Amino acid sequence: MKTRYSFGGDEHIFVECDEEMSLQAFFKSLSITNAVKEAKIAGVTEICPANASFQIKFNPDVIAPEDMLKELKEIETSAAKGKSVLKTRIIEIPVYYNDPWTHETLMRFRERHQDPTSTDIEYTARINNLDGVDGFIKAHSGAPWFVSMVGFVAGLPFLYQMVDRARQIQSPKYLRPRTDTPRLTVGHGGCFGCIYSVRGAGGYQMFGITPMPIYDPNQKIKYLQDFMCLFKPGDIVKWRPIGRDEYDATVADVDAGKFAPVMRDVTFSLDEFQADMNGYNAKLMGALK
Amino acid sequence: MSIRIITPGLSTTVQDLGRPGYYHIGIPLSGAMDMLAAQSANLLVGNPEGAALLEVVFMGPEVEFQRDATVAVTGAELPPKINGEERPTWTSFAVKKGDVLSFAFLKKGARAYVAISGGIDVPVVLGSRSTYTLGALGGFEGRKLAAGDVLPLGEAGNIREGRTVPEALRRSPGSPAELRILTGIYWHRITEASGRQFLADTWKVAPEADRIGYRFRGGKPLDFVTREPPFGAGSDPSNIVDACYPYGSIQVPSGTEPIVLHRDAVSGGGYFMVGAVISADMDLIGQLQPHMPARFEAVTMEQALLARNDRSRLIDRIRQALA
Repeated sequence: MKTRYSFGGDEHIFVECDEEMSLQAFFKSLSITNAVKEAKIAGVTEICPANASFQIKFNPDVIAPEDMLKELKEIETSAAKGKSVLKTRIIEIPVYYNDPWTHETLMRFRERHQDPTSTDIEYTARINNLDGVDGFIKAHSGAPWFVSMVGFVAGLPFLYQMVDRARQIQSPKYLRPRTDTPRLTVGHGGCFGCIYSVRGAGGYQMFGITPMPIYDPNQKIKYLQDFMCLFKPGDIVKWRPIGRDEYDATVADVDAGKFAPVMRDVTFSLDEFQADMNGYNAKLMGALK
Repeated sequence: MSIRIITPGLSTTVQDLGRPGYYHIGIPLSGAMDMLAAQSANLLVGNPEGAALLEVVFMGPEVEFQRDATVAVTGAELPPKINGEERPTWTSFAVKKGDVLSFAFLKKGARAYVAISGGIDVPVVLGSRSTYTLGALGGFEGRKLAAGDVLPLGEAGNIREGRTVPEALRRSPGSPAELRILTGIYWHRITEASGRQFLADTWKVAPEADRIGYRFRGGKPLDFVTREPPFGAGSDPSNIVDACYPYGSIQVPSGTEPIVLHRDAVSGGGYFMVGAVISADMDLIGQLQPHMPARFEAVTMEQALLARNDRSRLIDRIRQALA
């Protein structure tokens, strides 16, 4: 895993922690960006961790680009010595898989899909050797996911499943992007899951929908009053399959201001996780009970 | 004290100098695409440079004033009219309560900035009044303006009319527009010959050109260095593991049509980038019309910083001219 630095114009440094996605690359990105935040370097205006890379925006009138680069490389060296331990939280997200709204949308754009004769879940289950829709839901919701990046549009989380690479669900994006995706669709492209924070264009496979808003620019929803976006890079997500009744009840609770997401503070250790993924995940998910 | 939108124009939004600090959760800078023009307009009417104003694209709105004010229109040559009578651009003029501002046809450029003394007093959201339409955030109800909207104005200072930005201090793109870039980020993904071709080609602004990004077409498709796709990147040679997109970065999906991201940039995604437009030339992009020719010129970091200094000095000279 070799770190690669590049200037992005005269105001950004783009840093690729690794060419390929892995939990180690994500952790490296997160620990360096956290260290940059703590270093409070004058002239740094935005610190953006991503899946296996990150980006720093700086004001070259305040700090010369070469000095900025030097600072980052020093931070990389010291961050590498630190323990890969993260104080974070695990959030339970209810998902109504195979819901009527994403189903209507995926049928509407069927000619843009690799397999017009099946649904996105059926297709993804098949190419990942999972046992139909039920087998897919079990695999998708059976292990937690890391929020490895927030972005594209406001508050949209990219999620990376915390399992062996061999068990990771992979699927291509639509052949041509859709012009419509329902708000709060749970999607998947490449090895990444996502939740569409707003309605709009999209190319990821659509598996279901959550009744739980994750972005509220008007900040009327109680749990989004402190900040309008729910997710931060480093959050851990656990999907919980629900049916139509609970979906409708949750939507009503959200509208009535009665819904509170289930989330717990947890500490994540990369070493302990890698020593026993299944056992560690069970412990993490146990915090939600 | 306010203005009323009679007709909204094509895509008129409230903007200021932007909303830094939230890109890590996908909320972009936003703010005026042509900062120099926006700052000039505010200075002309005696506002702080960062006051909120209207960004008008291609076609002007009709606006009724519900109090006396001083107004200035800068940026694109979109001649303003008061009650049907033409007024000069880049020059402050007085309006009375009940007057109607409208516009003649666009002569040059793409975005005009309409500053009104006192500024547009929509709520500040995350430190800015700028509109981010994709996220329905900021500005007036998070969207472009519509007929019937009433926008509050802030308290105005001294009325300053008849002041003008000297022509030598107004910056606009040439033809072809020369956009200076620093190559990098994923530049190594294309062959050397393809890189040379990219810089030699004359491109044309595509119709898909907005606040998120400007698309260009007409150059030769890029040739990629062959590789084994890295895990998580996707199979297309232009794919990368989804990463951050710098403002001004130039992505080339499938190696065909470059897109330069601007103030409402999507903050990340899975396409490789050949580099980024230097900060000094971002204003120019905001004034490009579809079908205009443009070239990408590679410069060094040293040259980029010199250009940045030149631009700062230009703002200083505008400030002095209007002091």
